[in-house]
Amino acid sequence: MLAMQDRQRVARRRVDLKAMAAGRTGAGSVKRKQGWTLLLLALPFIAVVFVFYYVPLFGWVYGFFDYKPGIPLNRSEFVGLKYLRIAFTEQGMDLARVLKNSLVLSFLGILVSPLYVAFAILLNEMRGKLLRKWVQVTTTLPNFISWVLVYSVFYVFFAVSDGVVNNVLIKLEWLARPFNFLGNSEIAWGFQTLVGLWKGLGWGAIIYLAAIAGIDQELYDAAKVDGAGRFRTIWHITVPGIMPTFVVLLLLNVSNMLNNGFEQYYVFYNALVADKLDVIDYYVYRVGLENNDFSYSTVLGMFKTIVSVVVLFTVNGIAKRIRGESII
Amino acid sequence: MWPGRWHDVLFHTLNTAFFVLFALCCIYPFYYILINSVSDPLQVTKGVYLWPEGFNLTVYREMLSQKTISVSFWVSSARAVVGTILTVFSCAFFSYLLTKKEMPFRKTVYRFVVVTLYLNAGLIPWYLTMKMLGLKNSFWLYILPTVIVGFFVILMKTFIEQIPAALEEAAVVEGAGYLTVFAKIIFPVSLPIVATITVFNAVNQWNAWMDNLFLVNDPNLQTLQLTLLNFLKQSEALAQETTRRMMGNQTSGHLISPQNVKMAITMIVTAPILLIYPFMQRYFVKGIMLGAVKG
Repeated sequence: MLAMQDRQRVARRRVDLKAMAAGRTGAGSVKRKQGWTLLLLALPFIAVVFVFYYVPLFGWVYGFFDYKPGIPLNRSEFVGLKYLRIAFTEQGMDLARVLKNSLVLSFLGILVSPLYVAFAILLNEMRGKLLRKWVQVTTTLPNFISWVLVYSVFYVFFAVSDGVVNNVLIKLEWLARPFNFLGNSEIAWGFQTLVGLWKGLGWGAIIYLAAIAGIDQELYDAAKVDGAGRFRTIWHITVPGIMPTFVVLLLLNVSNMLNNGFEQYYVFYNALVADKLDVIDYYVYRVGLENNDFSYSTVLGMFKTIVSVVVLFTVNGIAKRIRGESII
Repeated sequence: MWPGRWHDVLFHTLNTAFFVLFALCCIYPFYYILINSVSDPLQVTKGVYLWPEGFNLTVYREMLSQKTISVSFWVSSARAVVGTILTVFSCAFFSYLLTKKEMPFRKTVYRFVVVTLYLNAGLIPWYLTMKMLGLKNSFWLYILPTVIVGFFVILMKTFIEQIPAALEEAAVVEGAGYLTVFAKIIFPVSLPIVATITVFNAVNQWNAWMDNLFLVNDPNLQTLQLTLLNFLKQSEALAQETTRRMMGNQTSGHLISPQNVKMAITMIVTAPILLIYPFMQRYFVKGIMLGAVKG
């Protein structure tokens, strides 16, 4: 659809250009001169992109030196792959733990991803336009508040001392002693997955609602004529209709396995759950900015980015072969 | 017929009940925090669940007169306003230039921008670059790195390409330059997508605090989010101490607990989002829909 409009525009442009060239000689060189003006106008923005997105990549060289803050790079010792070796030997235990946490949390996130689909399908079945609108506005709200606020809200409700949930449960005598939701290593992974769902469920479902809206209405009419009930219609029409969207998002999630993000785990981190919430993004921060081990931290970040990009391209290649269409 | 109807009623009842419950889970926490922050602390310890008890705004009055909080409120507001204006105009104008077929290396430049969505040098290289640029402990750290956002450029460019070429050509024939065409035609016509980018960026800016944590330790440049986080992360004893110090000069007979203060700051941080969100929701939705269409 978009591509077609584009082509039409290009065609129209060509006709215009031809007409101009016929009427005036030298129109082509005017266009060319204008082209360079355009590039000149774009230059400041290109520079900004280069400085803030590409220049940091040069920083990867710090990973190959024994860099200490304060000593310039040219007086630091070149150590080659020393820090990569350290990551897998001396620091191997740490890295294994951090990788495990990252992968488990990502895996749990993927495991609950069908809930987003279910949410969209059920919301689509809901009657009452106004109520539906209210539910949609309300459930997408948590996506737009910062992780600091999410932590604040969960602290008010789940704190061990004076948390709302503990207060209520004790008042109802369902609990004898307050339960430490935020400082319990055994439930930490599950609890963080729930926090993620609370924040993201309503928003994540919107893309599926759009996919449902895009399904051919005639399919539903045909199903009705055939006497299919609600659940059969959902199973045979809605679910297959949104499957492509689900697969694309699933593949993107897989390629993001190592990118759990920093904010969620930084705000919910405490000594009691440290062994479960220390994900790779948090570890990179701790090593780099708390321990000032710049070179090692750089290597970790580099390793993470390279793995992510390789996985993304692999997954994209697989998607291309299966669906005949790439996802990025 | 009857069993079918009965099933139907049961389904809709359960379905509606589920969604209303989930929606309440999303909104009640904010309501709870609001009513507790304006209630008498004595009542709060007994439990305030449905409406404020012993309504008073002492804690807000005390807090807004507190320098840390008012300074960081202005810092956060400034970064949201300045950052958004700069980002929106830059991304819009840059995208417009990128739609011009006569621009040399157009495709290459566009790809150069799109790739940034997948590039991530990592924390330390980014940190060192910002330091090298002299952005440590600078307000511009909050603004400059996001002047061009790849995702916004994709959205804008896709939108501008849909604008009928004739609209623009009429102006070009009259001799208008690129800047005039952009200001007089492209930008006004693109307002729907501009609104989307504006709300996205303003919310992102308001919610941002990582850059603050990593690179800014000047208290005069502290964002509201980090002020709240610091307060939340302080141990209970320290929080009590701070509260006492903060509220040392209060004249009213009301007692203010650390819990009160936490809730009040939370409310101050949430309020802007809560106030604009219901009206802006459709722009957010439009953003994600357009984002789904690849650039």
